[in-house]
Amino acid sequence: MTITDAPKIVTARLEHDDSHTLECYLATGGYDGLRKALTMTPEAVAHEVDAASLLGRGGAGFPAGRKWAMLRKNPVTYLVVNGDESEPATFKDHLLVERDPHQLIEGVLIAAYALQVTRAFIFIRGEFALGLERVQSALNDAYAHGAVGSDIFGSGFSIDLVVHPGAGAYICGEETALLESLEGKRGFPRIKPPYFPAAIGLYGEPTVVNNVETMSNLPWIVLNGGDAFAALGVGRSAGTRLFALAGHVNRPGVYELEMAKTTFGDLINAPILGGGIRHGRELKAFIPGGVSAPWFGPDQIDLPLGQDEVAAAGSMLGSGSVVAMDDQTCAVRAAWRITKFFARESCGQCTPCREGSGWLERIMARIERGHGRRVDLDLLLDACDNIAPGLTWPPQQTTICVLGPSIPSSIGSAIAMFRDEFLVHIKDGGCPFA
Amino acid sequence: MTDRSPAARRGTPLQAAPGTSKGGHLSTETVERARRTIDLYPEARSALIPLCHLAQEQDGWLTPEAMSDIAELVGITPAEVLGTASFYDMLHTEPVGRYVVSICTNIACQLNGADELLEHAQEMLAVNAGGTTSDGELTLEEAECLADCDRAPCVQVNHRFVGAQTPESFDRLVAELRAGDRRDEIPPHGTLTRVRRDGGIRTDPARVASERAAMAQVQARRAEEARSDVGGKGGA
Repeated sequence: MTITDAPKIVTARLEHDDSHTLECYLATGGYDGLRKALTMTPEAVAHEVDAASLLGRGGAGFPAGRKWAMLRKNPVTYLVVNGDESEPATFKDHLLVERDPHQLIEGVLIAAYALQVTRAFIFIRGEFALGLERVQSALNDAYAHGAVGSDIFGSGFSIDLVVHPGAGAYICGEETALLESLEGKRGFPRIKPPYFPAAIGLYGEPTVVNNVETMSNLPWIVLNGGDAFAALGVGRSAGTRLFALAGHVNRPGVYELEMAKTTFGDLINAPILGGGIRHGRELKAFIPGGVSAPWFGPDQIDLPLGQDEVAAAGSMLGSGSVVAMDDQTCAVRAAWRITKFFARESCGQCTPCREGSGWLERIMARIERGHGRRVDLDLLLDACDNIAPGLTWPPQQTTICVLGPSIPSSIGSAIAMFRDEFLVHIKDGGCPFA
Repeated sequence: MTDRSPAARRGTPLQAAPGTSKGGHLSTETVERARRTIDLYPEARSALIPLCHLAQEQDGWLTPEAMSDIAELVGITPAEVLGTASFYDMLHTEPVGRYVVSICTNIACQLNGADELLEHAQEMLAVNAGGTTSDGELTLEEAECLADCDRAPCVQVNHRFVGAQTPESFDRLVAELRAGDRRDEIPPHGTLTRVRRDGGIRTDPARVASERAAMAQVQARRAEEARSDVGGKGGA
């Protein structure tokens, strides 16, 4: 078992009940990272982030430093923080916005300074009513403290930060959809290219979009140096990362772990982490990185929690959320629920996703309810193939964004791993677990 | 021909889309807060969703009259407000109960008995998911993941997390809601947040004005480019 004694970077303050207050934040070194950054050149701050090998914590895992570098070729107009956490079973940003809003704000201010942006927006999922209150309240206090506004901490740098509430749409987590939503429109992902809002972002201006957890790492990186961050983890998977563990474990929760050192098995079974599968049952399967990711079986629990390692094994670390399913779980029902989610949340722009998700959901529903036919398995795979041709990983794109090609992941996994279960549903005319 | 370019349509708040609304549905206080919200953004339309939340705070749902007022405030048509609002789960274009109870049934919650909880709630409240109780008190929603998966099955009331629920605790929750015992913790439906941006420090109005002017120029230029790109592709 490998659980390292790596420092807690983004969850260090959470042992305090009042971690969301300015008082607690200042008493625990808050805004020291920003003060230090303001004594450095913007380039030097960006260099530290580059050296840290901070991979974006939103789901795609793109290096934050490289994202910024693309923007530094042109002056950046806007910084937008993606706090629209909606990937099923992902609940780490929820923790950060509610419990440590100043850390997020400080990170945003550091990024804004590095990018020399004077306008930044923090887009927070509408359903996080308390989180929105906490971040706005923290922001009000930060303004009064002189950390935001004009001439922050007497540095000559001015920045205005706006907290923007979402209104409930999974697709707005996709960064171009998020920008559309922030412009007051339906959350329709934009056609690529351009692949990054660096070229055409908010209001058509160069924009950088970063995730809440990514931003929350910045105060520590500036204070301790990018090299100290890069020294943690393995290779490209540097630093620590939040893993949200849910499902049939004794101790579900958000755990900050050194990347690529700890394994999925440790996360699920270690007494101080997941505490093993509940009721003494066995692990049947687990989802390694949000419901867009293909599933893994018990034989893969020794894989480390690293971005490249999981990708090489045919799935993704994605949003860092792990769902453990015990041996009493119906794989058909689980995959059906995930498919139903995509069918509900497809924005409707692209035919393969809009139509395909609904077809797949209905076929999955009838199999689970005992009305399935033998041809349904081939039909499912054929429909999946039309959404993501070849059913490869990563999937082939047929749509504007990655929502559509993510739909086949759970169905493909469930059929590949538990084909017999589908056949029993069809043969017996019902769910054997019901 | 009316100029329908974004720059032309953006217009000035309360002057655009003439004749589409008599205005005056939103209260003076709501309009004042709406204007302050609009001031936070380089483009007025960016305030659309925050304004919809404000209107819901006043009325509990997004009424056609409120949408007309919002359209005037941000300088678009009421149809554009409806077209945008209808995309979002939290914006209710039909009346909902005083308490909107959202039960997540997504994967992490399903593994923890959410389907059974929803079934129980439907029977107990005598409504299907999406429906409102006959007394107009509660609207029951089957929600997608609400990001509180370590307290599954996850339930929100008016978007306030109330922790994992069993059928028994759910009955108590409903009784408390009906008795008004949770009023302090759970604000009336539509109130997204009780914390406002402080009035003290705000974006320099001159900067907002210059950003808006620059934006209008860019958009006018793009509209011009778009027009000049269009050859006769109809067949002639």
